[in-house]
Amino acid sequence: MTEAAQVQESAGSQLAVSDEVAIQLIGMHKWYGTFHVLKDINLTVYRGERIVICGPSGSGKSTMIRCINRLEEHQQGQIIVDDIELTGDLKKIDEIRREVGMCFQHFNLFPHLTVLENCTLAPIWVRKMPKAEAEEVAMNYLEKVKIPDQALKFPGQLSGGQQQRVAIARSLCMNPRIMLFDEPTSALDPEMIAEVLDVMVSLAESGMTMLCVTHEMGFARKVANRVIFMDGGEIIEQNEPEEFFNNPQSERTKLFLSQILAH
Amino acid sequence: MTDTATSEKKYPAGQHPDLPPPPGTIGVVGWIRHRLFPSPLSSILTIAALILLYLVIPPILNWAILDANFVGTSRDDCTGGGACWVFIYVRFNQLMFGFYPPELYWRPILTFVLMFVALYPLLFDNVPYKRYWIYFSILFPVIAYFLLMGGLGLEPVESSQMGGFMLTVVIGMTGIVASLPIGVVLALGRRSQMPIVRMLCVCFIEFIRGVPLITVLFMSSVMLPLFLPEGVSFDKLLRALIGVALFSSAYMAEVIRGGLQAIPKGQYEAAQALGLSYWKMMGLIVLPQAMKIVIPGIVSNFIGLFKDTTLVSIIGLLDLLGMTKASVSDSNWIGLAHEGYAFAALVYFVCCFSMARYSIYLENRLHTGHKR
Repeated sequence: MTEAAQVQESAGSQLAVSDEVAIQLIGMHKWYGTFHVLKDINLTVYRGERIVICGPSGSGKSTMIRCINRLEEHQQGQIIVDDIELTGDLKKIDEIRREVGMCFQHFNLFPHLTVLENCTLAPIWVRKMPKAEAEEVAMNYLEKVKIPDQALKFPGQLSGGQQQRVAIARSLCMNPRIMLFDEPTSALDPEMIAEVLDVMVSLAESGMTMLCVTHEMGFARKVANRVIFMDGGEIIEQNEPEEFFNNPQSERTKLFLSQILAH
Repeated sequence: MTDTATSEKKYPAGQHPDLPPPPGTIGVVGWIRHRLFPSPLSSILTIAALILLYLVIPPILNWAILDANFVGTSRDDCTGGGACWVFIYVRFNQLMFGFYPPELYWRPILTFVLMFVALYPLLFDNVPYKRYWIYFSILFPVIAYFLLMGGLGLEPVESSQMGGFMLTVVIGMTGIVASLPIGVVLALGRRSQMPIVRMLCVCFIEFIRGVPLITVLFMSSVMLPLFLPEGVSFDKLLRALIGVALFSSAYMAEVIRGGLQAIPKGQYEAAQALGLSYWKMMGLIVLPQAMKIVIPGIVSNFIGLFKDTTLVSIIGLLDLLGMTKASVSDSNWIGLAHEGYAFAALVYFVCCFSMARYSIYLENRLHTGHKR
């Protein structure tokens, strides 16, 4: 933990990170059947931190962040989100899911609802917000992701980049304290990646606690204050971006970086 | 530029304007050419089909309309060489209402009209005062029960007096209205994580699907009284209704399960990540999409169910077809089976075809541009 705290202090970013703990994973293990996917994961995320998680496919990055809002169940160890420990207790799971927003690789917008309805659904049905207020909040976030004029369209009529921005707005409408991103740009055409990353950068600048599984190294350098490298279900290395890219410690990290930065 | 055949004007790169399509590829001429005579074989088929239509349609028209008699009181009024619709004309009330007391015909007619009033807000969008209207729809089965069976000051009518088209509609609509919700519950149960719930649903569905409807009807009319205490008698119509409803809900469950399976896992995950509970996730996200996918299957089921109501004649209930059969064996009207069955077929066709058209209307209305 002290190591992580030091990392933050030395982080070049001017964005504030408090010393309040947002997420804590302690000795967490997960198996798919008999396959050991996550091995002894220990991670502490402070409020306001922006963490980028990278690693080869199958290394368990997605599974790890999906455990944080219980889309996947862990079998051993502790996950504590906002001082609430994740157990099988459905009430606690719901409580945590209200506080933790998530964006997926394939957006997962609800195709039978308009963009606006996608955004207002959860506030109305989960937070019991009046419809008019929910719509006002939704339009506000749609403006922030720069697509208020598409509010009455259906997701199927939007481009991939626009859909992902709607997905981000949809999560933000629940006013989460933590955002999880599971490869938000890897299903997008190059031209659309930039528009999504712009939204993510401005979100980071607003002080949101973010965990992003992504291979956008430019994004990592620009906004992350910690980069985590995973392989084989373990956290191999974590460091501030400059150190991580310029001076990787382990052989495995060096190999990975040489592969993704080679072209 | 090896293409020498083109004598068209050349444009500089990036400045090619939108040109109209070549003549004869669009419009009526284009349509006839593309759809009717695209190749020699297709042209032969088109001509053969036209000849067949010419051979079939005029005789049918002559029999059914041009040479037919429509109004009269007895067989002697049938003087034309064509169909004797006088038979239907005279028997019409019986074909519609069975043995329902004629002075009370207004009750089934009112019920029938109210049925459309009740269905309207469920079937169509943009209905004013939709919410209050739907309260009426929910209340309608109760209203219909008292109107048809009597009670609450209305003269009671035995269920055995009901028959004809009215009985067909009663059984068909009850089956349709009951099978949809039961089917949804069974389908969700079959995909449940809880082993006992799942087992019960699987057993029910597979058992019902494993036996013919006639068996279910027989069992409900013959076997059920054996298990009931002495003196307790179950109305025959009610037993048939329960049999038909359970039977169709098992099929409905499997159709809906197909829709549920087509919903990508990401939809469930997105709903969960937003904090929706199981029932809200199912009701707001999964079922609306799943049901939309299986509209054709659901409507097929409804149509099948509507026609399967004819099987109740086996346990002594006289629906439209049963009534027709009884009428055509009347010695005064012997030999008019064609007319009787043609009329019954027409009534069934109108009902089923309307359902089919509605299904297509619904598919178009719910289409939100995410078809792939």
